[in-house]
Amino acid sequence: MKKIALSLLFVFTCLPWLARAALTIEITQGMDGAVPVAVVPFGTGANRYTPPEDVSAIIAADLARSGRFAPLPVQNLIARPVEIGDVRFQDWRTLGVENLVIGKVEPYGDGQYRVQFRLFDVFRGRQITGYSLPAPADGLRYVAHRISDIIYEALTGQPGAFATRIAYVISETVNGKKTYELQLADSDGYNPRTLLSSVQPLMSPAWSPDGRKLAYVSFENRRARVFIQDIASGKREELAAFSGINGAPAWSPDGKYMAVTLSRDGNPEIYSMRLSDRSLKRLTNGPSIDTEPVWSPDGSSIVFTSDRGGSPQLYRMSVQGGRAERLTFEGNYNASADFAPDGKTLAMVHGEGGKYRIATQDLDSGLLRVLSEGSLDESPSFAPNGSMIIYATEDGHRGVLAAVSSDGRFRQRFSLQQGNVREPVWSPFEKRE
Amino acid sequence: MKLVLKLMMALAVVWLAGCSSTGGGKGDVAVEDRSDTGMEAGAGAATTSGVGDYGALTIEALNDPNSPLSQRVIYFAFDSSEVAEQDRPLVEAHAAFLAANPTVKVTVEGHTDERGSREYNIGLGDRRAQSIRRMLEFQGVAPNQISVVSFGEEKPATEGHDESAWSLNRRVELVYVGY
Repeated sequence: MKKIALSLLFVFTCLPWLARAALTIEITQGMDGAVPVAVVPFGTGANRYTPPEDVSAIIAADLARSGRFAPLPVQNLIARPVEIGDVRFQDWRTLGVENLVIGKVEPYGDGQYRVQFRLFDVFRGRQITGYSLPAPADGLRYVAHRISDIIYEALTGQPGAFATRIAYVISETVNGKKTYELQLADSDGYNPRTLLSSVQPLMSPAWSPDGRKLAYVSFENRRARVFIQDIASGKREELAAFSGINGAPAWSPDGKYMAVTLSRDGNPEIYSMRLSDRSLKRLTNGPSIDTEPVWSPDGSSIVFTSDRGGSPQLYRMSVQGGRAERLTFEGNYNASADFAPDGKTLAMVHGEGGKYRIATQDLDSGLLRVLSEGSLDESPSFAPNGSMIIYATEDGHRGVLAAVSSDGRFRQRFSLQQGNVREPVWSPFEKRE
Repeated sequence: MKLVLKLMMALAVVWLAGCSSTGGGKGDVAVEDRSDTGMEAGAGAATTSGVGDYGALTIEALNDPNSPLSQRVIYFAFDSSEVAEQDRPLVEAHAAFLAANPTVKVTVEGHTDERGSREYNIGLGDRRAQSIRRMLEFQGVAPNQISVVSFGEEKPATEGHDESAWSLNRRVELVYVGY
C-alpha cells in the first residue's frame, strides 16, 4: 500500500502569547484514506483583535494527529466563511473536501470568550453539528480540544481523546549531573507542567481513574518509595515505603485500591492495598519476580509480568490472587501490559530476536500483532478511546515518545528539545468545568 | 580438590557460626575463615592477597587503593544473577572486612542494562543484590550491616546502547555508608 508520509511539524513558536509546547510532534507515517477536511480560520465576530489561541489551528492539528483526517493547508482554502450564510458548498466540493468546519471566537465579558463552531457534510450540503461553548482565556486550548472531540465523534462514531493529557518522565544531564522530572502536558504536547524534580530516579507514573492524581515511584534518599500526588495542589502522600522494592503502582478502576510490587517478604510480589485503610493483601507467592500489575477495566482480574516460567511473560489472575493463567507464548520476553479501554486487547513490550517492540494481543483469540518498529521500545499506554498507543522509543541516542494507531497504520513521534523522555501514560477522559 | 577445600571451608564457617552467639564470636570465625582463604589465595587469585593479613581488615583498608576492598563492583551476565567464579574472592574479601568491623554498614546496589521493562529490571537488579547479600551473610556479615536497593536500569554506569555498554551496567555496587 502506498504510504503518504505527512510531515507536519508543530514547533515551539516565537509568538510570546501562544502557549509553549514541551514536545514537538511529527507524523512519521501517514494514513491512506485519511478524510480530506477543511478547517477554516475562525472569525472574531464584529471585533478586531487576536484571540490568545488559534482555535482552528488547534482543531486542524488534532484531527491530523488522529491519522484519520487530512486537513487542507490554510493557504489552499479558497474561501474563509465565518457565518453559515457565507458557505458555498460547491466551492468545497471542487476541492474534494468531505467536511467543513467554520466558527468564531468572541470576547464575552470579563476575560471570557465564547467559541462557536459548525461542522458540515459538504456533499450533502448540511450541518452535522454545532455548538457555542464558553471559555476562559486560559481555557481556549482546552475548548478547542473539546471541539475536536465533538467533531471526531460525529464523524467516526468514537469518542475523541484530544482533551486529554499525558504524563511522562524526563531525564537530563546538566553539568555532568543527572536530573529527573515528572511532567504532564496536553496530549498535543502543550502546557507542560513539572510535578516533581529530583536528582534520583523517578519511575512508573500512573493516573488515578478520576484523572486528579498521579502515583509514581521515587528514589529520593536512594530508596524506592511509592507516592500519590494531587495534581492541582501538588500535595503528596507516601503510600508504600516498606523494606526493599516499592514499585509498579496501579490503580483499580474504581480508584479504591492500588496494586503494587513489594519485596518486603523476600522477593518481588504483587500486593493489593486498600487505599482507605492501607491494608495489604498479598496476591502472588513464589520465588519468581512478579511485577507490573494492571487491572482489567471491569475490575475482575489483574494481568502481571512474571518470570515463573523461566522468562518474563504475562499472566492473569483474579483480583483476589490465586492461580494465574499464562497469556503470552510467543517470543522470549513479554512484559509491561496495558489494557485497551474495552478490556479486549492488551498492549505489551514483546521481545524477540534481541528486539523489544510494542505489540497487541487479542485476549479472546490470543492473536499477537507487532505494531512498532524500533529495537528498544517500551512502556505502551492506550489512549482512553483505544485508538492510539503511546510508548517510549529511541531516536539516535535520545529517548523520545512515539504513538501508533491501534491498527498499526499511523505513526507519530514526540520529542523534547533536550533531554530524554520516557514512560508515557495517557490520562483517562477528563471532565473540566 | 579445590572444590572440596571450598566445601570444607563453607562447612567450617557454618559450624563455627552455629557455635558463636556474639559479635566477638563472629570475629573469631572470620579469623578461622581467613587462613583457609589465604591458602586458597596462594593457588593464584591475585585479588585476595590482602585477605590473609589482619591489618588489611581495618577501616583504613577501605581507602587503600591497593586493597581488594577498593574494587566495589561485581558484573553479571545478561538476565543472570549468578556470581561468577572469579568474582567470589572479591565478595569474600568484603565479607571478611565487614565481619571484622561490625559497626560498618554497606549498601548493596543492584543494577541492570537497559533492555526490557523498567519494573522487571528493578526485580532483576534486586535479585543480583540479594545474591551478593546472601554471600556476605553466609560469610559471617550481620544482617543489620547490609541494606539492599535495586535501581534496575535507572542508574547506568555508562550511557550507550550496545553490549560493551550493557555489560558495564549489569552490576552490583558495594557502597560503604559514610566512607
